Amino acid sequence: MYLLPLVLFAVLAVYFAVGLTKDPKIIPSALIDKPAPTFDLPTIPGRKGDGFSTADLKKGQVSVVNVFASWCVPCRAEHPYINKLAEMGIVPVYGLNYKDTPDAALNWLRNLGDNYTAVGADISGRVGIDWGVYGVPETFIVDGKGRIRYKQTGPIVGDMLETKILPLIRAIQGGSQ
Amino acid sequence: MIAELGHYALALALFVAIVQATLPLIGAHRGDAAWMALARPAALCQFLLVAVAFGCLTHLYITSDFSVLNVAQNSHTDKPLIYKISGVWGNHEGSMLLWVLILALFGSAVAAFGANLPPSLRARVLSVQALIAVGFYLFILMTSNPFDRLIPAPPNGNDLNPLLQDPGLAIHPPMLYLGYVGFSMAFSFAIAALIEGRVDAAWARWVRPWTLAAWAFLTAGIGLGSWWAYYELGWGGWWYWDPVENASFMPWLAGTALLHSATVVEKRDTLKGWTILLAIITFSMSLLGTFLVRSGVLTSVHAFATDPARGVFILVLLIIVIGGSLALYAWRGPQLVSTGLFQPISREGGLLFNNLVMATATAVVLLGTLYPLLLDAVDGGKVSVGPPFFNAVFIPIMIPMIVVMAIGPLLSWKRGDWRAAVVRLWPAMIAAAIGAVGAWALVTDGPFLGIVGMALAAWLAVGTLVELAERVRLFREPMGRSLSRLTRQPRASWGMTLAHFGLAVTIAGMTGAGAWVKESIQVMAPGDTVTLSGYEFRFDGARQGTGPNYATTLGHFTVFKDGREIVQLTPEKRVYNVSGTPTTEAGIDSLFSGDIYAVVGDRGTAPSGKPGFVTRLYFNPLVAWMWAGLMIMVAGGALSLTDRRHRVGAPTRSTSAAPAAAGAD
Repeated sequence: MYLLPLVLFAVLAVYFAVGLTKDPKIIPSALIDKPAPTFDLPTIPGRKGDGFSTADLKKGQVSVVNVFASWCVPCRAEHPYINKLAEMGIVPVYGLNYKDTPDAALNWLRNLGDNYTAVGADISGRVGIDWGVYGVPETFIVDGKGRIRYKQTGPIVGDMLETKILPLIRAIQGGSQ
Repeated sequence: MIAELGHYALALALFVAIVQATLPLIGAHRGDAAWMALARPAALCQFLLVAVAFGCLTHLYITSDFSVLNVAQNSHTDKPLIYKISGVWGNHEGSMLLWVLILALFGSAVAAFGANLPPSLRARVLSVQALIAVGFYLFILMTSNPFDRLIPAPPNGNDLNPLLQDPGLAIHPPMLYLGYVGFSMAFSFAIAALIEGRVDAAWARWVRPWTLAAWAFLTAGIGLGSWWAYYELGWGGWWYWDPVENASFMPWLAGTALLHSATVVEKRDTLKGWTILLAIITFSMSLLGTFLVRSGVLTSVHAFATDPARGVFILVLLIIVIGGSLALYAWRGPQLVSTGLFQPISREGGLLFNNLVMATATAVVLLGTLYPLLLDAVDGGKVSVGPPFFNAVFIPIMIPMIVVMAIGPLLSWKRGDWRAAVVRLWPAMIAAAIGAVGAWALVTDGPFLGIVGMALAAWLAVGTLVELAERVRLFREPMGRSLSRLTRQPRASWGMTLAHFGLAVTIAGMTGAGAWVKESIQVMAPGDTVTLSGYEFRFDGARQGTGPNYATTLGHFTVFKDGREIVQLTPEKRVYNVSGTPTTEAGIDSLFSGDIYAVVGDRGTAPSGKPGFVTRLYFNPLVAWMWAGLMIMVAGGALSLTDRRHRVGAPTRSTSAAPAAAGAD
């Protein structure tokens, strides 16, 4: 009984120590180079436009999947860059609205802009689990065959779009077409 | 020269702390009065030396001595004086110095006012305090020295983060630290008690005022922080479940539990081991909170990469302090024998329930905070598990606690009659029903949680008043007798009533602002109007202006209700000259029913085609109640602190094993 707190703390300390020694860059998503999960989501109730399903990702062109939610503060910072990417028209940008309420999500998109090719409403978060989402925002680059090629965890802000995401898209486009 | 003086004073403080941490402890073990007596002058001397170091750093900031790296990185000659001073703790190194200053201040307070403490307990408490201080001095001197020179000195500094150039945030860190560090007293008393092998009513009576003071400061600090986030971040929100906020919330939750369990130790001589454990956990959470916020270690993985020495040092320090104290607890804890027995349905039972809920809530917040941070550490991204996790887990845990919070104080010690208590709470039940129906009728399209929240707030508010009425035997005795009873209530009881009532007010505010907020974001040209919750916002345009160290866009809104002008709002968007960082200053008018809140943003084109500005407008129902409630809670804590039993020589330690007879309140 009296030992329990110490044991729990020891576990936590080991956890911290492991975290300290880890190189931040070496663990990629387990889904890299795997086919995107199978799903078929309707769009956000009240939003004009299409839902989002696995079929959208197998049309032979590279696409971007952006996981967002209205409750997520970093998403607000990221959204202008996602809009910009969609406006460029080089890839379709799909939205996966994660664990959100339809009203809040619609309001959010109305205020901040909605340039998504299509949006799937993952209200329960089940599809998010299949995608391995553990926090938002996350952004995936999927190749023309529907395989996940890259996963960005956290917001795309600042010069990341220009220096990281766009070169990756071009490289994948060059490789798969 | 001044920088070297400060550095030297800090190094001397380390050596004084080493002496204070060892000799009195050995003296207490051997029963050597002279060695034990060393603790008091050492604590005072240590405080003097840290104060000199802190004064030196403040002087360097005020005189803008940019040959000191820390000043050059965080200050600027154009900055107003108040932000030059607050810049001292607006950075990692300086905030650590503030931390040890407050630690030494508390230590010297025990030395100065602890004359009625048994010499061995006092010596041990001060030694444990000094042990913590040694760790922090070493950390500052080895990895985070604020007195490092920068040669050649730059002509001007980098300026303080503009978000921190705000009156609310200037006093927020000292408040928070008085709270965090205040819990070190409870910790030191707990460790000293474990070493001595005894915890009794007198011990609890000494610990409580320190815990109470720390709790009140922390409550005020958290309130200030959330108020700052509300008006400065410009999103109309007041709590984001951000790691930095959670870092201050966890010690608050654990500290609240400690406050209540210490009462049980004092009155009933039971829950001893648990109280000691809570004291350790509360301070551990404070330590974690300090590092989460200030060092940037856990919030950003890059801090590890750039300065691994700091991360390793912090981890080692945490392992020594937390692991060491928990090991001591595992070894000595079983010897703490509780004598007071009680039934599950009793005042003790209610307080224990509070403790379990608070401990669970702390664990939940810890889990939700560390989970993304640990993933962050391995994946390099910043993610947010966000409000869905916390709201789904935290709120359901809290609901039963609020329900029991009204019942618990009506139960008697040892064995209570819950049926009788519930019967006496009929006014609270009616209030809860009115709250629920009222909320449902007024906001028909709101979430269900809004109705629950209002019912709980009304239940707790009226339940607290019922308890007060019971205490003065209102309507059971002639009015005059009840009134004279009312004036003779001890201040500690008033403190409890105020704190519980304040929480009810806060819950009402959180419910209103959380469940019923209305927002509208659009581009408005001058003359455009937007109507929100019955308030008509007219945008009158924006003009440019300049402040001491920033350029600003001043928006102007006139707000009408039913055609009548209510208020004029002037939100600002500032761009700071040195860093080029923009900040928002929301225009807010607080009404009893809610806040009218406007933010002006970048230029844009209105739907009409005219040039305008992006504007964000909010109506935040009842939000001011939240801070009003927090202020009531702090006032309750402060009032309770002035209770005479904390001042008049009450804590006399009984020589027999029997606990001091506890008044049955």
